[in-house]
Amino acid sequence: MAEMVKKATRESYGEALAELSEKYPQVVVLDADLAAATKTGVFKKACPDRFIDCGISECNMVGVAAGLATCGKIPFATSFAMFSAGRAFEQVRNSVGYPKLNVKIVGSHAGISVGEDGATHQCNEDIALMRTIPGMVVLNPADHYEMKAAVKAAIEHHGPVYLRLGRLAVESFNNADDYRFELGKGVTLRDGRNITIVATGLMVSRALKAVKTLEEQGIDARLINIHTIKPLDRELIIKAAKETGKIITVEEHNVIGGLGDAVCGAVCEAFPVPVIKVGVNDVYGHSGPAVDLLDEFGLNAGHIVEVTKKALQK
Amino acid sequence: MNKTEKNQLQKLACKVRMGAIEGVYNAKSGHPGGSLSAADLFTYLYFREMKIDPKNPKEENRDRFVLSKGHCAPGLYATLALKGYFPMEEMKKLRHIGAMLQGHPDMKGTPGVDMSTGSLGQGVSAACGMAAAGKMDHKDYRVYSILGDGEIEEGQVWEAAMFAAHHKLDNLCLIVDNNGLQIDGSVAEVGGPEPIDEKFRSFGFDVQVINGHDFDEIEAAFHHARTVKGRPSAIIAKTVKGKDVSFMENQVGWHGTAPNAEQYETAMQDLNRVLSGLEAE
Ligand SMILES: Cc1ncc(C[n+]2csc(CCOP(=O)(O)OP(=O)(O)O)c2C)c(N)n1
Repeated sequence: MAEMVKKATRESYGEALAELSEKYPQVVVLDADLAAATKTGVFKKACPDRFIDCGISECNMVGVAAGLATCGKIPFATSFAMFSAGRAFEQVRNSVGYPKLNVKIVGSHAGISVGEDGATHQCNEDIALMRTIPGMVVLNPADHYEMKAAVKAAIEHHGPVYLRLGRLAVESFNNADDYRFELGKGVTLRDGRNITIVATGLMVSRALKAVKTLEEQGIDARLINIHTIKPLDRELIIKAAKETGKIITVEEHNVIGGLGDAVCGAVCEAFPVPVIKVGVNDVYGHSGPAVDLLDEFGLNAGHIVEVTKKALQK
Repeated sequence: MNKTEKNQLQKLACKVRMGAIEGVYNAKSGHPGGSLSAADLFTYLYFREMKIDPKNPKEENRDRFVLSKGHCAPGLYATLALKGYFPMEEMKKLRHIGAMLQGHPDMKGTPGVDMSTGSLGQGVSAACGMAAAGKMDHKDYRVYSILGDGEIEEGQVWEAAMFAAHHKLDNLCLIVDNNGLQIDGSVAEVGGPEPIDEKFRSFGFDVQVINGHDFDEIEAAFHHARTVKGRPSAIIAKTVKGKDVSFMENQVGWHGTAPNAEQYETAMQDLNRVLSGLEAE
């Protein structure tokens, strides 16, 4: 049994880059004056020659990454999600997505759990933005081990990838020894039959708690971890829709355009069941401690339990 | 400026610094370094330069201010509080849930904040818009914006600069807080926007380089900027990041870190020493 780690996925990201640097000499890491926060500084220390600090110029950084990719490099262009996915959206679409270049766009400090910096830094739109780019793989790993595996998978996948990182420390629920990560495949964490909860990223560990509480109350909920939002594991989700009926989606993202809509899209076309979305309800966040904000916006186990029970009553 | 006036401004600037530290300490997060470096500039703008009325923050003929480097909100908020826009008590709730004072400036919730900022490089464009509106409406208000020297690595700053010169926005005055540091290191190491004065000059600005902690130089620069016709102004203010807090001065690490209880005490002692020195003058 591997150790139980409590770590922010941004830290796991930095570690993974440094650890994999020798095996993958084409990897180049770019940052935009946030290396200490995004943890690319760890890679910089290990491989100073393959690290480029672009300064505060995210649009330029993405363009530079595109150029590096045309010359055989595997660039990881990193900043806060607000800036890498948000500010540089068009550069990502036109200079990375359209030419289908092997660039990894990394968005750290995603979601409401950036905390005190407030609304301008709380990116609840990145999944929506990145999902709409044709050919873009969208990854939102949930814990330490999943993030490490995702970085490796991103390197090995040839083509554009968006990788979402969190600022807040999360307890790992995966195990290094037996964890198998497959790009595009969802992971069934609990096999229930009353209802299905589909969660992603930071919210998976919270959904896991909710499922345990539900179990104590006699509700047998299935829990699926979707680390790859695109391409979505439609098969797994449609199977769940057929076997359990209703689905609850849980994400630290606007309910518009994220996991919830992706799941809706899948079941709607193949086997329509009610889908209830837990997420940020199309509002801006504000300043406050990360954990308190998650509670305030209903992004916790208690709220998931409530929503699930209500859905079952209907 | 006579000695008494100068002394008064220096004392106010010291209180701005204290307010900023107070806020960041209570929030346990935020950006002290750049708030302290810009404190003299905030003070001069709000207490000497700008035509504003804290009792009527939305008055349409007022001068406008955009804090393009929005992370230095603690410095701006402390200045607004001293000026009377809201009680200084609000600083204690900075960045708390439900607080009026958000981590980055929010024009919807804070009296005296003319533009929401926080994503670097975007404020100057908004300032250009305000200046352009002033021209269209034949109003004589002026627009001021403080930028970081790291911030000007953003291309958008230069798009805005080109716009400002092209549209002859002589009612616009940009002030670059040239403290030489950003997050990952010195501005020279990370982004290299120097020489900043030559860049703005080549974009068509009237440019002055001053000591951003010397109120005589600050006053002279703003006076001169008012006389410039047909083009925008840029004041490159040489400053010290973390100014007047001994352990923060010129330290990259104090860009976005809150002091702990012990450091808070030391910082306040440092600033109190400055203040009593000024009071004794
Ligand atoms: C578009 C964007 N990219 C990155 C950041 C994160 N960030 C906040 S402050 C900062 C450094 C700013 O340095 P500078 O402009 O020199 O400000 P100062 O030293 O005066 O605080 C960075 C990179 C941001 N707020 N916006």
